[in-house]
Amino acid sequence: MGVTSIARSPSSKRVNKKVFNRLLASPTGLVGLCIVFFAVTIAILAPVISPYDPALTNPVDRLVPPFWSEGGSTKYILGTDNLGRDILSRLIYGSRISILVGISAVVLAGAIGMFLGLIAGYYGKIWDFVIMRTVDAFLAIPNILFMLIILAVLGPSLMTLILVLGGTTWVVYARMVRSETLSIKEKEYVKSAKAIGAKNFRIIFKYIMPNVLPSFIVIATLNVATTIILEASLSFLGLGIQSPEVSWGLMLSDGRDYVATSWWVATFPGLAITITVLGVIFLGDWLRDVLDPKLKG
Amino acid sequence: MNKILENSIEKKVVLEARDLKKHFEISKGIIKREKVNVKAVDGINFKVYDGETLGIVGESGCGKSTTGELLLGLLEPTAGEVIFNDVNLSKMSQEELRLARKDLQVIFQDPYSSLNPRMTVEEIISEPLIVHNIMKGKKLKTRVKELMNLVGLQEHQLKRFPHEFSGGQRQRIGIARALALDPKVIVCDEAVSALDVSIQAQILNLLKKLQDELDLTFVFIAHGLPTVRHISDRIAVMYLGKVVELADKNELFDNPLHPYTHGLLLSVPVPDPELRKDDPTTMKGEIPSPSNPPSGCHFHPRCKFATEKCKELVPEFREIIDNHYLACHHPLIKEDNEVFDTSND
Repeated sequence: MGVTSIARSPSSKRVNKKVFNRLLASPTGLVGLCIVFFAVTIAILAPVISPYDPALTNPVDRLVPPFWSEGGSTKYILGTDNLGRDILSRLIYGSRISILVGISAVVLAGAIGMFLGLIAGYYGKIWDFVIMRTVDAFLAIPNILFMLIILAVLGPSLMTLILVLGGTTWVVYARMVRSETLSIKEKEYVKSAKAIGAKNFRIIFKYIMPNVLPSFIVIATLNVATTIILEASLSFLGLGIQSPEVSWGLMLSDGRDYVATSWWVATFPGLAITITVLGVIFLGDWLRDVLDPKLKG
Repeated sequence: MNKILENSIEKKVVLEARDLKKHFEISKGIIKREKVNVKAVDGINFKVYDGETLGIVGESGCGKSTTGELLLGLLEPTAGEVIFNDVNLSKMSQEELRLARKDLQVIFQDPYSSLNPRMTVEEIISEPLIVHNIMKGKKLKTRVKELMNLVGLQEHQLKRFPHEFSGGQRQRIGIARALALDPKVIVCDEAVSALDVSIQAQILNLLKKLQDELDLTFVFIAHGLPTVRHISDRIAVMYLGKVVELADKNELFDNPLHPYTHGLLLSVPVPDPELRKDDPTTMKGEIPSPSNPPSGCHFHPRCKFATEKCKELVPEFREIIDNHYLACHHPLIKEDNEVFDTSND
């Protein structure tokens, strides 16, 4: 016991330190981490930090500009929208839905894609044929159109939005995982697992999956970004998040009519989406470097 | 007389290849799709006796690694069978084979790609024992440490990942993993050819030591004769999917009967230029493609002694002197050997 604890602590400390050093060496990674951390913190603390109820309308204070513009007041730091709702509060609450949808849809899509990709790649033959033709079918249909149809049929809600986003974007993961699996299963260490008598289940989960994971995580983080944008597009088109719930995409859609006269209504949610997506992409880029096993050591 | 002698000292056969064949089907051509059979292993026969080391040598692409995988049951033979401890591996189901592999292990060529980069040394070495449900907990931990000591690794390296080790150390991890199940036979598939020469010697000596201590039987696959000579008791020479000569190590080196073996021995670089000889049997040309092997004796286009007979007739693999097997129509016979010259029959 003593031996193992001594052996473990310096090794894991060393790894942590290395990861930290590499993070410092990559400014974009650090920026990405800060942005994502900031966004997640805001989402979690929304009820505490938000100055107003995001759904509270105030007909008197309609379309108040941000405080630094003419006619603005510090009462509404980022101004109000056409119904007199505080934009800052809506932005803070909107982050919850945007990030929740972004992450859960990716987790769902990733889980489906990982599972089917592993099966298609490892077992091949009929499994591969059926799964990959399904993937092709999904890819042949324009994504947004497909989602719109399903949402129109099922009726828009947070749950259906996540299901639809997850249920249509898994194909990307399935293709990636399958191709990685095909190359990993020919590696000698997989042969060695067969030689010691390991079962397929064990080979898939202890040999193939851990080695697919680095590329998978990178694609997944990048897809968090695209999913946030997709959610925004769907909400913008009116089949995503419905009032009184609020998401950045919905805010963008609300502000569309006032872009010419009241620029702030659409600009701030647009900025929020851009910055968050950029942060996630930076983080994903950095993760790719950190998770490369060849760079380890 | 020879037969009687052989029977009296007959040892136990642990592993046997009987007319083993493995053909891979590949498609050729873009417009006119043609199926071509690559005869990676094309009918080989040999026995491996208990406690010995059988070396298998040959050029790249002669099918020696495929032979290794066939012996292990990692590949399904196209024809023929592998007999391990009187049991026919080729007739087993996947599940039976999985359990039978407990006694039949492998050490791979490249220690950089044969260890899962995402498992610690402890996980790698203990995995065979976990897979076969042999031991767990404290007992397992003790066994892993015991195995690490056996192959010359330190206990404090238990929690490290393969990338933290050098090539030689990694190969030791691979050996410990192969030994975990107490196997009877270990197939070493070019187990040292990826290592530096000095490390090669270390690993070879370790393997020899382990063989003595644990009563192991080795099938040692390599492309270099010197390595094989160091460790083997008997050596099989393969050429284009076939075993062309099989004999005791010293017999093979002192008295090679196949022109190919002779050529291989001559192609080993000699450090002294004065001792270098230009022999007419030195091979010419390249190894032909196994998808389209030459007719008759596969070696005839490269052989100085080839005749019309060699082009037409496939030489039979047979025991030509006591325990010396050969597939050649015109063996290189020295005067003092009692060899049946079969070139006229």
